[in-house]
Amino acid sequence: MSFHAANEGQPLLTLFIQQVLNGLLDGVYYLLIALGLSLIFSLGGIVNLAHGAFYAIGAYLTIVLAPHIGFGGAMVASPVLVALIGIVVERGLFQRFYRSDPILSLLLTFGLAMVAEQSLRMIFGAPPLSFSIPPALRGQIFIGDFIYSRYRAMLLLIAAACVLGLWFLLQRTAFGRVVRAGVQNPDMVGALGISLQPYMVAVAGIGIGLAGLAGVLLAPIYSIHPAMGQEIITPAFVVVVIGGLGSFWGVVVAALMVGLVKGITIGLGFTQWSTAVIYLMMLLVLLFRPRGLFGERIQRFE
Amino acid sequence: MSELLKTTRLSRRQALAGLGAGAATGLITSPSIILAQTPDVVRFGHLTPRTGFLGPLGEYGVMAAELAVEEINAAGGVNGRKLEALKEDSVNPQTASTKAERMIERDKVACIIGEISSASALTIAQVAGRTKTLFVNTGANSDALRGESCNRYMFHVEHQNSMYVKSCGRSLMAQGLVKGKKWFSLTADYAFGHDLLRVAKRFMEANGGQFAADKLVPTDATDFSALLLEIRAAKPDLVISNLAGNQITNFLKQYSEFGLTFPVAGFGFDTALAWAAGKDNFGGIWPSVWHHLIDTPSSKAFVAAFTKKYGKPPENQAWGDYMAVKIMAQSMNELKSTDTPKILEHWEKGAKFDVMKPRQGYFRASDHQLISEMYTITALPAAQVKNQWDLFTSSPPVPGPDENMEVIATSGDEAVCKMS
Repeated sequence: MSFHAANEGQPLLTLFIQQVLNGLLDGVYYLLIALGLSLIFSLGGIVNLAHGAFYAIGAYLTIVLAPHIGFGGAMVASPVLVALIGIVVERGLFQRFYRSDPILSLLLTFGLAMVAEQSLRMIFGAPPLSFSIPPALRGQIFIGDFIYSRYRAMLLLIAAACVLGLWFLLQRTAFGRVVRAGVQNPDMVGALGISLQPYMVAVAGIGIGLAGLAGVLLAPIYSIHPAMGQEIITPAFVVVVIGGLGSFWGVVVAALMVGLVKGITIGLGFTQWSTAVIYLMMLLVLLFRPRGLFGERIQRFE
Repeated sequence: MSELLKTTRLSRRQALAGLGAGAATGLITSPSIILAQTPDVVRFGHLTPRTGFLGPLGEYGVMAAELAVEEINAAGGVNGRKLEALKEDSVNPQTASTKAERMIERDKVACIIGEISSASALTIAQVAGRTKTLFVNTGANSDALRGESCNRYMFHVEHQNSMYVKSCGRSLMAQGLVKGKKWFSLTADYAFGHDLLRVAKRFMEANGGQFAADKLVPTDATDFSALLLEIRAAKPDLVISNLAGNQITNFLKQYSEFGLTFPVAGFGFDTALAWAAGKDNFGGIWPSVWHHLIDTPSSKAFVAAFTKKYGKPPENQAWGDYMAVKIMAQSMNELKSTDTPKILEHWEKGAKFDVMKPRQGYFRASDHQLISEMYTITALPAAQVKNQWDLFTSSPPVPGPDENMEVIATSGDEAVCKMS
């Protein structure tokens, strides 16, 4: 196996541990996309195939804004703008499909994704655009033998902050209680005289804003082109399915697991399987636990 | 009468809906109405991917073909007739062959030009062979298309993988990066990548190099951090990219992010990917079939015209499609005919063309490969880059002026073509 040849510089175990560590960090990228995806599906039953498109819009907005307000400014402004677009989409489109056949929202968001991608192509052109890590954030971190980029370490902190913030919002606030109740039993929430509408708006805004944030954060290290949303949407769906619909920690654990399994696959020398393996994981989960690892029973979807 | 008018009068909304529907069906059915063959137009089919991971390159091909058609028509057209391009997105191999068939059977195109994906080029070539229609490949590199899958009706303006490997390989040898050196290669896990890896291995083994590792990378992989850790551990003398499309950009961006310093080179390359990586990230030594800094009169004229029309310089895929349209129109004018057998014979006899490089190019009769010079480009350090396009310096043409241009192409048993 080529793995042995690749490994003259370091003991096998060290490299393997590095891959495990890197895999865990790698999972963070799916997290920001998958969290929003899961949130919007749980509450509204919308299978948002356009979620990747919002990620792409976030990246393109960063390219437009960063020269004027700096990368730091864009990091705040782009997700907010994407969230506003998300709210408009929720009010104009999503809300019409909340309690209808999921096939309809699937078709709607598929169309929306194509419109968004084509719009980006018309405005910015088809060739990929360049965008680099700001000079202040370039450089590497060494932990013993392990090397990691400073930029990615920052990414990790921001993602962790988002996860904790979202968890706090959903578990520890009145807002979160209504959202969680709405996920489980929207009729009962309605009967209690609480309108779910403003909560839907907020959830769509937060979920889509998170996709926009992922776009900002990944723009300096990934290729920026109109179809970039398609690249990330499939693995994000896989994460949501593995984690289980409606489960917050399910998505978090699944995202990290996907990264970890990919890292281990590459660490063992089976690089060409690194993408296939996450679909294999999904298959296994669907076979033995169709609800997902941490999936809750949601009556209206069963 | 007035009663009839009243009942059939449309509301504004209905009228708008009707117009919309009419426009939509018009768009779908218009080709068959407008495109009935007319004696004053010469039509060719332009098929190239415009969506998907090759779409960005296809877009350059479309822009260039459009420019070529404009210029040819401004200069009097083809045998006094107007040249017209029928442009379609080839999407994938199945769609490509279906569209090629429709262009040939229904729209009666004189020939098909385009394509970037080697897999799609193969299916188009099969249609071309069956219908005895000329197909000029402008962007598919696989040696197999000029070898076991060669076709009497397919000609290749795009250069083959072997030419890319041998021209870049010469630079690497000159810099002492081959003999006795350890390469770590990353290869796109599909037909093009496999073909390129096979050719690269042959070159390396013939010249005394060896692999530290060779890794197949899924085409939809976007994150290279795990591979970067392995590269760092393997301490290779050279990192080789046999990657494709946006993968190359992603890899370069992350290679610079992780601060690895082993020299990088690659065998498959398009300038658009360097531009997308940007001056902070673009590095290494790469082969190029043509680039916008080549200093010949026709090349400079093309760059100026393209930049004027589109606001950015053309990249190498633009060269391929522009060249193919120009070569075809020039030959049709010289022959005073659009007949495929005549063009085929003319090209097989070794007609020469200005290919925007110092020496003229010609199609090799044995496998229909356009033979012309290649270039090796080397990334400039970020501090020396003056604008977003001129990110590299170029070698002189490869091979040198005293050598036969065919030395970089496949030879002997490297790729055997039996034209049927």
